[in-house]
Amino acid sequence: MIDVRNVYKTFYSRHKVEALVDVSLQVDKGEVVVIIGPSGSGKSTILRCLNHLEKPDRGDITIDGILLTDLKTDINSVRAEVGMVFQSFNLFPHMTVLANVTIAQIKVRGRSREKSEQITMQLLHKVGIPEKANSYPSQLSGGQQQRVAIARALAMQPKVMLFDEATSALDPEMVNEVLDVMKALCREGMTMVVVSHEMGFAREVGDMVIFMDEGRIVEVGTPDKIYDDPEHERTQAFLAQIL
Amino acid sequence: MDTLKNLLHNPRFRNILSWAALAAILVGLVIGTVQTTRRVEYIWRWEQIPRYVLFKESREIVVEDNATVKALDRAGSSTVIVAVNSYGEEQYYNLPKDMIEVAVGDELKAGDLLAKWTKWKPGLLLRGLVLTLEISVLSIILGIIIGLITGLARLSSNPAPKWLAIGYIELIRGTPLLVQIYIFYFFVGQVFSLSSFWAGVLALSFFAGAYVAEIIRAGIQSIHKGQMEAARSLGMNYYLAMRYIILPQAFKRILPPLAGQFISLIKDSSLVGVIALVELTRAGREIGTSTFNYFEVFFTVAALYLILTFTLSMLVQFLERRFAASD
Repeated sequence: MIDVRNVYKTFYSRHKVEALVDVSLQVDKGEVVVIIGPSGSGKSTILRCLNHLEKPDRGDITIDGILLTDLKTDINSVRAEVGMVFQSFNLFPHMTVLANVTIAQIKVRGRSREKSEQITMQLLHKVGIPEKANSYPSQLSGGQQQRVAIARALAMQPKVMLFDEATSALDPEMVNEVLDVMKALCREGMTMVVVSHEMGFAREVGDMVIFMDEGRIVEVGTPDKIYDDPEHERTQAFLAQIL
Repeated sequence: MDTLKNLLHNPRFRNILSWAALAAILVGLVIGTVQTTRRVEYIWRWEQIPRYVLFKESREIVVEDNATVKALDRAGSSTVIVAVNSYGEEQYYNLPKDMIEVAVGDELKAGDLLAKWTKWKPGLLLRGLVLTLEISVLSIILGIIIGLITGLARLSSNPAPKWLAIGYIELIRGTPLLVQIYIFYFFVGQVFSLSSFWAGVLALSFFAGAYVAEIIRAGIQSIHKGQMEAARSLGMNYYLAMRYIILPQAFKRILPPLAGQFISLIKDSSLVGVIALVELTRAGREIGTSTFNYFEVFFTVAALYLILTFTLSMLVQFLERRFAASD
């Protein structure tokens, strides 16, 4: 489903930062991959490359058979197939929850308003907040906002879902309500790439955990292997800090 | 002494004192104005002013030759008088109905009254106000369009639109509006054979456009970049994201500075008087030169500008309150 081959990305801000160095990874359909690593390790960058919010300097990314790094590829149509959930929710504050979830269905997918609203209400039921359809994002808690953001991404019926530290900005008591929605998605067979340090989540539904450091993939393995018996020294040091 | 000190520290007393001071200043201003005008022996003639806003025009239509009224043809809001003169020629007078002073068969001498009526007509000040309003509204609309295009070009990563936008903005902001108006009138107006009205409107639009562009750029940049990323990650292209996600949010934020810019524009429109457009200020000057009642005329002109600018402020406040729904 996802095939990343030898991807490089360097940022030149005040100084040169090698965000990704020779990163390759494959994710099969229905697989759930969890990426962990210290801040600045490139885990968000690889996620952002997967829907072309960042363009890789070198290397190829293929999603569902479409080569993203090909200039002829219509990036917008690929992005519609790849849902993304951000750390800071990024709901559209000037729109109601209903409008947040329907806007792209109407403008990008070309669905009718009635059909879009029907799908939206189904999704809001799924994430557990149908009663908030006519509220504005500022009237919702962080956990509710993030669940709306998930519904918004799902409304495009994507083939892949990307989660960029989706629970990091939440108050502790709201983390589980979002994780529960994510777990339910995994069980339905959604292909997911998740940047998260939630070990419970990774152990419960993760098929593979990737540890990244300084732009490189350091270690790959099953959740139990990585968390209980990491091979690499840096993985051990990192896990010792967060657990 | 102590009681006075206590009194001065009493908040209620201090409050009363502030209001009394305000009243004293206002009364002082009025008395001062009256005294000064008395010293220059100015004769106030406020009664002169209303006729420059609205005046009653009376018209009398008389018959040209000795003639007999042959017929009165009523059609819609007008009546046609058919008169036959002594040579047997028919003369037609198309006049407003209900104002006719003659009947069929009347024999009239040259100069006899056929009809008379009075009509309210806008005076010079009102016509000036309307022209100022037309110029301002057109310039605001064109200014928004120019400003939006320039603002987006300014943010483009493509150097061509970006540097064109920067050049335009710097050119406009670095030269006096009066000079720009002359250039639009004498140069652009000549080349494209524009009327002085359109030369004035375009000069003001391009002037406002440069400032609006900077306001719009700042507004767009103030929107968190996560908004654009979220929109793009849903598959929206740049245009859709701008149109539905970024600009509506930016517009809400830039409404107050935009309003200030447009209030400035209404006031700046007084400069187009120099290219023979009798807008409000120019109308005031013309009335002044013929009546010498400069005081009353320009107080009235100022009040009329205030009505325009205040209405615009109210409108913007109303919009701000409406957009505040999602906060």
